[in-house]
Amino acid sequence: MLRALLLILSVVAIAHAELCKPDAQNAFKVRISIKTALGDNAYAWDANEEYLFKAMVAFAMRRYSSKSTTQISNVLLCNVTDRVSFWFVVTDSSKNVTTVPGSEVEAAIRMNRNRINNAFLLSDKTLQFLKITSTLSPPVEPSTPVWLIVFGVVLCLIVAGIVFLIVSGIQKHKKKNKESTERENLEEKVEVTLENGIPCEALDLKAGHINGVFAADDDRFTSL
Amino acid sequence: MPQDLSATPETPKEDDRPKWDNKFQYILSCIGFAVGLGNVWRFPYLCQIHGGGAFLIPYFIALVFEGIPLLHLELALGQCLRKGSIGAWNTISPYLGGVGSWMVSILVSLFYNTVLTWVMWYLINSFQEPLPWSVCPLNENRTGFNEECYESTAVNYFWYRKTLNITPDIAESGTFQWWLILCLAACWAIVYLCTIRGIESTGKAIYVTAIFPYLVLTIFLIQGLTLPGATEGLIYLFTPNLNTLKNPRVWLDAATQIFFSLSLAFGGLIAFASYNPAKNDCEKDAVTVAIVNSMTSLYASIPVFSVLGFKATTAYWDCLDRNIINIINEFDLPEESIMRQNYTSWISFLNSSYPEKIAGLKLKSCDLQEFLDQSVSGTGLAFIVFTQAIILMPGSQAWAILFFIMLFSLGLSSMFGNIEGVFTPLLELQILPKSAPKELLSGIICLISFLIALCFTLGSGSYWIDIFDRYAASVPLLVIAFFEVIGVVYIYKIKRFSEDVEWMTGRKLSLFWQITWRFISPLLLLIVFMAFVTLQMQKPPSYTAWNPNYEGFPMKEEKVYPPWVQAICVLLAALPCVCVPLVALFHLAKQKRRSKEPSLVPPELSSCQGANSNFPHPKE
Repeated sequence: MLRALLLILSVVAIAHAELCKPDAQNAFKVRISIKTALGDNAYAWDANEEYLFKAMVAFAMRRYSSKSTTQISNVLLCNVTDRVSFWFVVTDSSKNVTTVPGSEVEAAIRMNRNRINNAFLLSDKTLQFLKITSTLSPPVEPSTPVWLIVFGVVLCLIVAGIVFLIVSGIQKHKKKNKESTERENLEEKVEVTLENGIPCEALDLKAGHINGVFAADDDRFTSL
Repeated sequence: MPQDLSATPETPKEDDRPKWDNKFQYILSCIGFAVGLGNVWRFPYLCQIHGGGAFLIPYFIALVFEGIPLLHLELALGQCLRKGSIGAWNTISPYLGGVGSWMVSILVSLFYNTVLTWVMWYLINSFQEPLPWSVCPLNENRTGFNEECYESTAVNYFWYRKTLNITPDIAESGTFQWWLILCLAACWAIVYLCTIRGIESTGKAIYVTAIFPYLVLTIFLIQGLTLPGATEGLIYLFTPNLNTLKNPRVWLDAATQIFFSLSLAFGGLIAFASYNPAKNDCEKDAVTVAIVNSMTSLYASIPVFSVLGFKATTAYWDCLDRNIINIINEFDLPEESIMRQNYTSWISFLNSSYPEKIAGLKLKSCDLQEFLDQSVSGTGLAFIVFTQAIILMPGSQAWAILFFIMLFSLGLSSMFGNIEGVFTPLLELQILPKSAPKELLSGIICLISFLIALCFTLGSGSYWIDIFDRYAASVPLLVIAFFEVIGVVYIYKIKRFSEDVEWMTGRKLSLFWQITWRFISPLLLLIVFMAFVTLQMQKPPSYTAWNPNYEGFPMKEEKVYPPWVQAICVLLAALPCVCVPLVALFHLAKQKRRSKEPSLVPPELSSCQGANSNFPHPKE
């Protein structure tokens, strides 16, 4: 009994070793950079983290294929290095000693990449699945480009400034013209007034008034 | 008799010519005109490639024997004759047509404002988070980055594709870039706003545009010195290498840099000085402006090189980090086992134990000197190198906005001088009737310039701007300055001119000016001109084009100008120069027709003191 058990265990172990080794079929290499991502808050990579990793991969497989047959024990890890990098495969429990095709695993991981990253507090760059490319998120584009708004503001200010300067220039010009025409009128009036030698008002007042000086002086003119 | 009769226009004291509000405004305008983009992006580059601190020796020699005398001559000329460039030249002798410098001012205004357009485009794009030149856009199916951007850098992509949308060849004009047209319109509107009434409006604007760059340079100086790697950059810049002085190219570059930096022979300085009161110490002004200009160049090179040193250091660290990651991944070593400090010891250890693996990694050799050696000048410095450095600084939006506003102010204050060089002669020639307001003339100038400058917004626009910069703004200025000196010294006669200057400054003209004006400066100009032309002729005129389909991409492709473009280059260089003999011939023919004796000596009345005491009825 014991011997049979040992035999089965060793067969399983060898089978596992066959399935999970570097560059095996349907195996993927994972590289984790905890210190780069978290700095001082970095946690150590130990057996518990490995367990979590197996759980996340099983979760991804379950969500992708929506059949609840993948167990944590189906995910095999091997060749863990100090870098923290390792290889993993996902075995198929229905068909013994075979691995799930790489394309399925890849699609499952891709679909749930965000959840896997967040479980480890890492990102696409620090939790790398080599050979699995990640879709890049599109940059956030506002509906109107920001530069157009800034440009609009600047242009409005400039146009307002130009209009203000032109209008004030025209007003100054008009005022100067009005002043100079007023001055001209005043000069004309003064000239007209002076030209005759006698102020106009005086003439008006004296309209029709006989000048006694000349009227009285008949002796100037010799009598005929 | 009514007392409100004001003084008649015949009183020889007031005239309609605009005046500076105060002396400070005039000095500031001259400084603003002289201090321009070249002080920031050309002088530090020249310092770097010509042996650092050693370059200052030919630079100061050129300043003393070429820069200051020519500057003094222009300011004295304008102040004495109280006319713009065309009027001043005509007064010296009708045979020296002044149209040359006026034409150069127009050509330079056209392309200079387009450079300001690029600055404005970057400025309004700096208000975004993240900065648009820091990330590459994705390609169509979102699997990776845009190929052109990925192969070069995001900064290059934003400049060549998103800003210029450059064509691979100058012969391909491409289409109009509507965003550049908008910015060009805004720039010309700003120029119109500031120059709307001539110096009355620029005099107010200059307080901001001339002083603000110094503030920003100081801020960048403080920030730059705190950045890591700044000291490496500064040491690299200023370490003197006296061997470079044996190369005549260095002396030529120093002479041309001083000449173009002071904005001589544009006619703008003559125009500025013509608005001065007649009795003003132009000698002190000239020395002040020249020294401030040179000091600004030196002052600007410190933050520029701190930032460049920072950029080189960061690039060096990136190179090291990339190598370290590759090694760690390959050998599965724990993280942070190899740091920058022990990199070299690790490399030597690994190379001895696993040489094939190391060779298979194809590691790039990281050399700080190599990164520091990547020197750039001109638009490349501002729009590629500096913008890349700004991304690496914390709070990059603020630094970008500050930097581009500074560049914009520097360029704008130089534009005032250029536009004044165009505006003042037109005002004196009375192109428009007297009743038309000044605002109309400046509006027409700005509108026509905007329409012509639209051709710089085409895909091949930046190639054309390089052509204008190299040919229209270089050789003609040397020729015009040479004729200026010869005209004043030998046709107007130095004796009369020194009497005029003595009348204006109140002291006798010192021997230094006599010697430099008579012999040294014209000789220097002649030598510089011949050396310059010889150097240009040595190789066929070529340019570097940005061609994504080129095998060596992202290196730029070296191309030769097609013959029709070469013809335009020659035209641009020759047209302003050829004005002088053309106008001379024209006047000669006119005199011969009148059958009078052609005389080169203008009447006595046109000297300074004559113009100011026997005051003609003001035409302005």
